[in-house]
Amino acid sequence: MSETLKQEELVQIDYKPPGTGWMDTKPDIRKGKINWGAVQKSVEYLDLPNPRKWSPTDDDWQLPKDWKKIILEGMRERIEKFRTFQVFMDICVRCGACADKCHFFIGSGDPKNMPVLRAELLRAVYRKEFTLAGKLMGKMAGARDLTEDVLKEWFFYFFQCTECRRCSVFCPYGIDTAEITMMGRELLSLVGLEIDWITTPAANCFRTGNHLGIQPHGFQDSVDFAVDDLEDIIGIKVEAPVNKKGAEILFVVPSADYFGDPHYFGFLGYLALFHEIGLDYTFSSYASEGGNFGLFHSNQMMKRLNSKIYMEAKRLGVKWVLGGECGHMWRVINQYMDTMNGPADFLEVPKSPITGTVFENARSTKMVHITEFTADLIKNGKLKLDKSRNDQWRITFHDSCNPARAMGILEEPRYIINSVANNFFEMPENCIKEQTFCCGGGAGLGTEENMEMRLRGGLPRANAVKYVHDKHGVNVLTCMCAIDKAVLPTLIDYWVSGVQIGSVHELVGNALVIKGEKERTLDMRSDPLPGKEETEDV
Amino acid sequence: MNALISFVAVIVLIIISFVGAQTLGLSYLFAVIIPYLAISIFIFGFVYRVIKWARAPVPFRIPTTCGQQKSLSWIKNNPIENPHNWLGAFIRMALEVLLFRSLFKNTKTTLKDGPRLVYGMNQLLWLGGLLFHWSFLIIFIRHFRFFMEPVPWCIKALENLDGFLQIGLPVVFMTDIFIVAAVTYLVLRRLTDSKLRYISLVADFFPLFLILAIAVTGILMRYFTKVDIIGVKDIAVGIFSFNPVVPDGISSLFFIHLFLVSVLISYFPLSKLMHMGGIFLSPTRNLANNNRVVRHINPWNPKVKMHTYEEYEDEFREVMREAGMPLDKE
Repeated sequence: MSETLKQEELVQIDYKPPGTGWMDTKPDIRKGKINWGAVQKSVEYLDLPNPRKWSPTDDDWQLPKDWKKIILEGMRERIEKFRTFQVFMDICVRCGACADKCHFFIGSGDPKNMPVLRAELLRAVYRKEFTLAGKLMGKMAGARDLTEDVLKEWFFYFFQCTECRRCSVFCPYGIDTAEITMMGRELLSLVGLEIDWITTPAANCFRTGNHLGIQPHGFQDSVDFAVDDLEDIIGIKVEAPVNKKGAEILFVVPSADYFGDPHYFGFLGYLALFHEIGLDYTFSSYASEGGNFGLFHSNQMMKRLNSKIYMEAKRLGVKWVLGGECGHMWRVINQYMDTMNGPADFLEVPKSPITGTVFENARSTKMVHITEFTADLIKNGKLKLDKSRNDQWRITFHDSCNPARAMGILEEPRYIINSVANNFFEMPENCIKEQTFCCGGGAGLGTEENMEMRLRGGLPRANAVKYVHDKHGVNVLTCMCAIDKAVLPTLIDYWVSGVQIGSVHELVGNALVIKGEKERTLDMRSDPLPGKEETEDV
Repeated sequence: MNALISFVAVIVLIIISFVGAQTLGLSYLFAVIIPYLAISIFIFGFVYRVIKWARAPVPFRIPTTCGQQKSLSWIKNNPIENPHNWLGAFIRMALEVLLFRSLFKNTKTTLKDGPRLVYGMNQLLWLGGLLFHWSFLIIFIRHFRFFMEPVPWCIKALENLDGFLQIGLPVVFMTDIFIVAAVTYLVLRRLTDSKLRYISLVADFFPLFLILAIAVTGILMRYFTKVDIIGVKDIAVGIFSFNPVVPDGISSLFFIHLFLVSVLISYFPLSKLMHMGGIFLSPTRNLANNNRVVRHINPWNPKVKMHTYEEYEDEFREVMREAGMPLDKE
């Protein structure tokens, strides 16, 4: 689909709002800007409401008869349960500081992609039903009746937000559109308005442990396959235990790491690293998905999927949990896991068995981020690294939304990259760290049918990559988010071309000098290392 | 259109108070009853709203982190933009409330040919907002001179500071100029920027026009028409000592001013002006990012249907056995 969209046409963005007021302007619901509705089987598997065959492009969305009552009751419940919801509904002054901070607004010019208007979609109904001013003064007070058209508009725009939180950095009151979108999506789910690329992966994760629904033996095959691939590269057959009771550490990665490309190269990096330091760890086929599609669905679904990690840590009897490179997975681990499924009092405060460093910052959750772990190894001189093995790369780093704005893990990956490679270049400062731009496909929106919005929403990110590509010859964009790694290749290819997507631990795997390794000629991609190109022919 | 409605509404309010106090001679209503009513609405409304917010639970700890987390000892963390304890969160809030720190970061995105996106500095809204709010606060505090006898030294000191330019007689207060300039800017930006015009409601223009009218009537009284200041002070002291009096010969300008203030404070708890209280309760700003260190409790943590390992193994035992994977039940 991306081939049929012309760049010249996509960048004709009109930031001038239409002549009709926003309450009177209907959304343009069509392929390219929407995600398909969830398939019946997944909705049923998760016991969610209103399973049926439907499409957002239908006129009739087959809502339950009392849909309006369900939604309003859902709003009332959330107003009581979430201070965020109340405060964020009440205090926005519409100053407009958030307006041009949203990647979807920048890329589309659609005024309802300004975070302020996205929130007003909910706020207008909130005013009408739950505030005195709205009841008395109606439209004058910015209030609006909840109709089926309004509901469709909610669906359209709450699935055009990637919950990246960039706007909340700039909001003088910290109003967080991610929170508003989460409320909106929870409400939509109550009447069966779900999208398939959230609900089906959630159902798969719930059942099999990974988002593709691959069964345990398939998982085992993937790990075995990776061990073989790594053996071809380093000449050593490493151990990669699965479901091993009594291991010291449970290692949880997003499931794309062992099925997806370019995630996989980072996965090989993990295997190489753990072999080199002799880590006593295990994967779990049951808790093989750290990434949590529930975050994009509802707080209950998030809890259901996340619960496996602690349950499995307990069953296997590990001491603590290590987590791989991922974005939203880390928002869940940092901001929700312990609250939802803790306390993890059966685990120990994480301590690196190699350096003895105690991870005080994970004292309660007992879960450490792999870049925290690796940065500590490097700082303590435990790894022998040959930076020149990454000289084929001119590298930049994309801060993923959630690790940046829901955690603040900014320096760890940079320290690692600079320790394992020579050529690192930052993108402009308005596009990195807490101001980083989303890949355009987060929060369940990375689908083929949503391609136009993905390319539009990804424009700010791609544009910054193009800047360092043109200026410094950057040829790899590293990141630590499974969704990034899945959607950025298409995006960057479209807007930039000539830039690969990679993992931080792919670079680690390249540079790592492993005891007893054969003479390395290949990198983690099985491409020739710099200076080893000729040996290919031998 | 929304601006026009708001503008007309404020004009109507001015006419009501002018006709009411001057022509109909309802000065007691406008100088005593309405102000009491307004103060009551303000206090009860404000407290009600804040209590309602405060009673709502904070199920999750979700600060927006805008800097490096505290992790390894040798990595420099940002204790304010990514606070790891209450002190950092307190300082972050203080900077937010006193200096509008987040707004200070504002940028302006421009799409140039290429395409090339450029993010420029854009501190005008920050400056306008800061001038407006601080001027409003100082003017509000200055007004205590009318409610208190004798006038406390700190009020006098504030007046001296505010008028330190020593221009004109009576001395011109800087804040009077700032507030008119800032509110005018805030109105104009809503009218001239097409995006802002699109999102602005009546409820966005109305308080601006109202405050502008209050400021202008106040300025007229101080610098131009020379209202009977002794009489005004009698009214003000009377209100706050619960011993209301209404002297004769008070200019209708004062009644207009007082009525508009009464409208503003009654409107306050019903409107977005409550951001004044709400900012303190915003969970993305007022919490420390220490979730992994201290467990945050959700008072309504729901029971959900989980998928246990036993159920999983029951479903997949055969294929797991064939793949040589360890099993709990053989």
